[in-house]
Amino acid sequence: MKTLMLGNEAVARGLYEAGCSFVSSYPGTPSTEITECVAKYDEVYAEWAPNEKVALEAAFGASVRGKRSFCAMKHVGLNVAADPLFTISYTGVNAGLIIGVADDAGMHSSQNEQDSRHYAQAAKIPMLEPSDSAEALAFAKLAYGLSEKFDTAVLIKMCTRVSHSQSVVETAERVVPEQRKYEKNPAKYIMMPAYAKKKHPVVEERTRALAAWAEKTEINRIEQGQDTSVGIITSSTCYQYVKEAFGDTYPVLKLGMIWPMPETKIKDFAASVDRLVVVEELDSFIETHCRNLGLAVTGKELFTEIGELSQNVVKEKLGGSVQTGALLGEEIPARPPVMCAGCPHRSLFYVLKKLNLTVLGDIGCYTLGAVAPLNAIDTTVCMGASVSGLHGFIKAGDEESAGRTVAVIGDSTFIHSGVTGLINIAYNESNSTVIILDNSITGMTGHQQNPTTGYNLKGDPCTKIDLESLCHAVGIRRVRVVDPYDMEACQSAIQEELSVKEPSVIISRRPCALLKYVKHAGPICSDPEKCKGCKACMNIGCPAISMVDGKAVIDETLCVGCGVCEQLCKFGALGAEGGR
Amino acid sequence: METKNIMIVGVGGQGTLLASKLLGRLLLTKGFDVKVSEVHGMSQRGGSVVTYVRYGDRVCSPIIDKGQADCILSFELLEAARYTEYIKPGGRMIVNSQQINPMPVIAGAAAYPENLVQKLSSLDVKVDAFDALSLAEEAGSSKAVNLVLMGRLAKHFDFTDEEWMDAIEHSVPPKFLEMNKKAFEAGRSA
Repeated sequence: MKTLMLGNEAVARGLYEAGCSFVSSYPGTPSTEITECVAKYDEVYAEWAPNEKVALEAAFGASVRGKRSFCAMKHVGLNVAADPLFTISYTGVNAGLIIGVADDAGMHSSQNEQDSRHYAQAAKIPMLEPSDSAEALAFAKLAYGLSEKFDTAVLIKMCTRVSHSQSVVETAERVVPEQRKYEKNPAKYIMMPAYAKKKHPVVEERTRALAAWAEKTEINRIEQGQDTSVGIITSSTCYQYVKEAFGDTYPVLKLGMIWPMPETKIKDFAASVDRLVVVEELDSFIETHCRNLGLAVTGKELFTEIGELSQNVVKEKLGGSVQTGALLGEEIPARPPVMCAGCPHRSLFYVLKKLNLTVLGDIGCYTLGAVAPLNAIDTTVCMGASVSGLHGFIKAGDEESAGRTVAVIGDSTFIHSGVTGLINIAYNESNSTVIILDNSITGMTGHQQNPTTGYNLKGDPCTKIDLESLCHAVGIRRVRVVDPYDMEACQSAIQEELSVKEPSVIISRRPCALLKYVKHAGPICSDPEKCKGCKACMNIGCPAISMVDGKAVIDETLCVGCGVCEQLCKFGALGAEGGR
Repeated sequence: METKNIMIVGVGGQGTLLASKLLGRLLLTKGFDVKVSEVHGMSQRGGSVVTYVRYGDRVCSPIIDKGQADCILSFELLEAARYTEYIKPGGRMIVNSQQINPMPVIAGAAAYPENLVQKLSSLDVKVDAFDALSLAEEAGSSKAVNLVLMGRLAKHFDFTDEEWMDAIEHSVPPKFLEMNKKAFEAGRSA
């Protein structure tokens, strides 16, 4: 049956059809829906792991035990999973193991623009790169065959435009291979020096065998063109841009497997055209490989390493002309993302700003606390870096700065890799104050469950990790809970914890305002008679409040009645009854 | 046929994704090759959002580039103004005249441009601006703006009632089906 599927959904369908039986992932845009979609198939066991390293190791365990397994992550998640990745390269697999990784060129929702293709080369693991949903489905199935034939994990590299575009796929029935037997095999699965030394040559030989396979496979295909003055090597979404820009004008070598590359095929293709051009997003990867083969090639001198390409960019850079539409000739104000109305993070950040604290931030919706008018965050690097960074910051500073510095981290991010930083704080005794923003869900990626919510990926009730007990257990004696909507209580709790001479954790607890089970009070009313136009309520950056003719006005379609603005108004102009 | 391009733009949370899914589904049942491109993640938090719907004999790129849109369906007035560069000369804009202030305007750092409908009409673009929010509210919910706009867009397709209704039934929860159908009709007959 023909149907429209997101690239991520198509990967999930491919996994299902290929008999994948175990999935463990950590959510991250743009990879999240692969795991959400595969979890809808009852035949597939699927879970959210605390982080990507755990997810990959769990998937590896399932593979060793004999079931086809999978894990997904965003590009930066692969950094977290890099440790098992490099050694799983040596062990190989039992049943097939696929790792899905989604890059985010253009940084639609990421902290950097790293190019995951380097991991395939560095870890010596083959990487497939689909260019639309049909290929995403097909490559997922193909990858299991490759994985088992060559005794290797296989990376499937997605990107925002492939992950989050729907295109047409044809589905088939699920076929589950018989579970493979687990047999004890120290030389294969124990990577201590004596065994690993014997394994390394096997890995190199496997890469050579895969390169030979790359020469023959149909997923690395040459599409003939009428004009051989230019020949283009490309892959992923860039292939679609090239076809959109030039149709069948120029010959194209379309790489479905990006590592290892088919050297003879590339050389033959180069010999058949006057000028060899590589169209790829982010780093020079295919291009560098071509240069290593001694080929004259044009790539990054035309196509930037920064951000996304498009059909217009491809066309223009290769001498075509494009016509753009009319500009309005008017300054259009930007519309950056903002914390939602009623977001429990907002008031907490307001208090941090009011106290003029240095705030080490982390990854999640709450990173928006960095933007105007709150401007309440000093650093954001990667998952967990707020907590571990705070420890170093405090140790390198004096007593006074310890009393003015905190870390903020979400519940899911804390479990992902904040807790290890907290252990360091307790163990090496820094006078740190960590604030866990517990909104009872993984928010940024679209409401995924995590170990602190009490529900698993399938939506069933499960063990709920108690954050207070966890913090106590790692050695933090001072742990307290506050309601972020109560700004006075937040302020006194933060001031008190900053003043004591030992590590402490404040859990700012209130569920995300967008969660369906959260009941809201009615919208706040504003009283124009009482409003003096002082704009105190504007300092929290709530999208539901604006000034009209010098008076605060509440947008009733947005306001959920959290009452934070009410606490800021000295004139009683805002309230449940307002001045009405 | 040449690939046709419809851009759906608006503010994160307005329901643009549902509109693009509904349209994509319908176009597929009509036998077209279809690509629909969405943006998830941080930009959904009240930011400017864009989805692309492309259909034809063979659609390659999932995105619509500048100068390529046959039609822009805008859920908000300022967002219509933001993307004029994407529209083909003589293309069409269907615009909800509702104004949602972005944070720089709320914070007083920028002004919401005035007379935008008039300014849009001065371009080489067919502009159809109307108050979709009121029609949605009359139909039962401000959240049905997306179906009101879908109804307005439907005027430019020769698909049957049955085909539209089928696509709507497959895209909205049963609980809200009647209300959404009403909103669709309101948009189409307005």
